[in-house]
Amino acid sequence: MKDDIRQIVKEHGRLSVDVDALTADADLYQAGMTSHASVNVMLALEDRFDVEFPDRMLKRSVFESIASIEASVTELRAQAATR
Amino acid sequence: MAIRVGTDLVSVESVRGSIQAHETRYLERVYTERELNDCRTDAGVDPERLAARFAAKEATLKVLRPGDEAIPWHSIEVRREPSGWVGLELTGPAAALAQDAGMSELALSISHEGEFASAVVVAECSSANGHRSR
Repeated sequence: MKDDIRQIVKEHGRLSVDVDALTADADLYQAGMTSHASVNVMLALEDRFDVEFPDRMLKRSVFESIASIEASVTELRAQAATR
Repeated sequence: MAIRVGTDLVSVESVRGSIQAHETRYLERVYTERELNDCRTDAGVDPERLAARFAAKEATLKVLRPGDEAIPWHSIEVRREPSGWVGLELTGPAAALAQDAGMSELALSISHEGEFASAVVVAECSSANGHRSR
């Protein structure tokens, strides 16, 4: 999953640095991701993983790193699987 | 009494790209129906006007200072007045944050030219530090 997330951040995050050089915990906002770019990242994640980010997840900490995105997507997929 | 100011700058090209990539999902997720109607032209929805509204939402967040609280985009709405000026309508968590800070009014100015759109929001807080306990 991390590789897919990294690819989405690369395509939609509009970072000012090389995404491949970032650790999973690196702050994507510090790396140049704007709030508007984070919307595109979110929509691309929803397409790729067939999930929908609810209002409660529309906050900075969810999208601030590849690791935090992975944790959120994992949580959403687990919720979807139990429905 | 305290004053808070928020400002933001958005690339029109990035908004145009979002519309192309995600179409209706992007538009309906971020902007309210009223905002979309205000941005419609004969040629379709205008990316410059949308970028100004996104900048306004972000500038408002900088005034509200939500920390890590979730604030849905729809809870901050830009309204175009009949006079042509714009104003803000806050609902849900955004309105609650404004109330907590004792904000009686938020003033908004937006501008767009070419590839960039910007917004400035100014708010007056009734409490000295802009925070009230919940």
